[in-house]
Amino acid sequence: MDDSVPAIRVERLGKRFGTTVAVDDVSFEVGRGEVVGFLGPNGAGKSTTMRMLTGVFPPSSGRAFVAGHDVARDPLAARQAIGYLPERTALYGDMDVSGYLDFVAEMKRVDRAAVRSAVARAMDATAIGPVARRRIADLSKGYRQRVGIAQALLGDPPVLILDEPTSGLDPEQVSEIRQLVHGLGAERTVILSTHILSEVESTCSRVMVMNRGRILAVDEPHRLEGRLREHRETFVRVAGAEETARAVLLGVPGVTGAVVAERGPDGIDWLVRSPQAVDPRREIAAAVVGAGLGLVEIHARPMSLEEIFLALVGKGDRGAPDGAPGGEIHARD
Amino acid sequence: MRAIRAIARRELAAIFGSPIAWILLAVYLVLTGWFFYTDVAFFVTFGAQVLATGLWRFVFIDFRLATLLVVPLVTMRLFSEERKLGTMELLWTFPVRDVQLVLGKFLAAWVFVLVLIVCAMLPLAVFRIFHPFDLGPPAAGLLGLLLLGTAFVACGLAASTLTENQVVAAMLTYGLLVFFWFMTWNEAAGNERLIRVLLLFSLFDHYYDFAVGTIQTVHVAYFLLFTAFFLFAALRSLQTRSWRGVD
Repeated sequence: MDDSVPAIRVERLGKRFGTTVAVDDVSFEVGRGEVVGFLGPNGAGKSTTMRMLTGVFPPSSGRAFVAGHDVARDPLAARQAIGYLPERTALYGDMDVSGYLDFVAEMKRVDRAAVRSAVARAMDATAIGPVARRRIADLSKGYRQRVGIAQALLGDPPVLILDEPTSGLDPEQVSEIRQLVHGLGAERTVILSTHILSEVESTCSRVMVMNRGRILAVDEPHRLEGRLREHRETFVRVAGAEETARAVLLGVPGVTGAVVAERGPDGIDWLVRSPQAVDPRREIAAAVVGAGLGLVEIHARPMSLEEIFLALVGKGDRGAPDGAPGGEIHARD
Repeated sequence: MRAIRAIARRELAAIFGSPIAWILLAVYLVLTGWFFYTDVAFFVTFGAQVLATGLWRFVFIDFRLATLLVVPLVTMRLFSEERKLGTMELLWTFPVRDVQLVLGKFLAAWVFVLVLIVCAMLPLAVFRIFHPFDLGPPAAGLLGLLLLGTAFVACGLAASTLTENQVVAAMLTYGLLVFFWFMTWNEAAGNERLIRVLLLFSLFDHYYDFAVGTIQTVHVAYFLLFTAFFLFAALRSLQTRSWRGVD
């Protein structure tokens, strides 16, 4: 793949089924080697978007390019550049693991002489060597998910699209699959669809938020926060009487509110609000200490991706966003 | 070619790996064996003279029934199962054309039907050891049976693209095939002109001449067109995912 060509470019992509608009005028770009989280509630249009990218069906409008290949005009070349793990990791239960991977290698036109080594590499990368001869139907869900990922890796595609790779797994399997995905991102472009926010926070450099067929935001997680926040929150743990502490905190210039989050053995946790432009941490620290209270802990509280997500989706629901294509947050109250 | 072969090989492994294939094979061989035995008994009892019209005709007309019964049960899983399992979606993301998927699956089911029919010829081979006969007429019958089986496979394959329920796919195939069989049964149902048109499409009217030991190009062409039509229908049906969606 040419270095200047983005791994994925999507221009005003749309898909309708009958009168239902599943994806509406979506545009974005994913660079080479990026790991991008694709967030959205169920039915947001994520799977439909990914199915268009992977060539399951063509777009109704707009265009999409994978490694420079138009998915509608040159579908086979585009599909050759993609490894896909569908949401329902559906495999042929009657086949054994290595037989299945051989089959996929043939389908992906892996060079005949290289099939064996390609399958071995994919099994290596996903650590499924020990179950190579087992029937897929007899594997645990975690192992089946690995086989699904191994299948996606065959043919060495520069782009991987993983649709909810950790859904339905137990916590240990989830963490294993996350590590696996994280490792894959080192060499490839990965789009990771999920509705689990912590997954994105731990593995992705950028987030795309989709709801009701539209992209609401594309940005790095921490920058999304800055754009969405209307006020700043500071976490303070203070040892001392609650009423005194409240009076002290509210007395700090710029502070607009203070609420108790939790009462613990070593102090009371306060969430202190101030306008986005004001960082009151020094003043709070000085005031608490000056009043003779114990300052146990203080830090700026970041917005969790969950809150960002809800804020974005909530906004998308309230006001019909204008048609500014991708990369922008459409509506700000 | 490579993708077609890979799909066909996987499909054949799945067919022969399931008990259904072996049960169908057994049923087919018992039915055809019984038909052959009774037809020979009939031929001998009534002292018929000409094998082509006295024996082969009945044998191949009877074998047709066994084939009609069994083939839809072979083809019902071809695409239905993939849709049910969700594996279809992944197949669509491979750098493979829909036509390759259709041909690969068709080839696999066809090979299985070929195995069925060839095995069903075993009693004839045994019969020939004791009573040498001219191979020409039964060879024509065999060709007809193979063409008929091919047409059935194409029809069943098309039906299996329509639903993820295998039973529905099989019933649909029975419905179509029986319709193509029965549509000229009752001449009183339509006027002469209509019947003449229907005859052009009737599966079994085109089969009859093979059964009595003749090969006519028009009949061969009919079965090949029938097959091509249903393969094309299967292809178009797969492409409806574009507006129907995948789920």
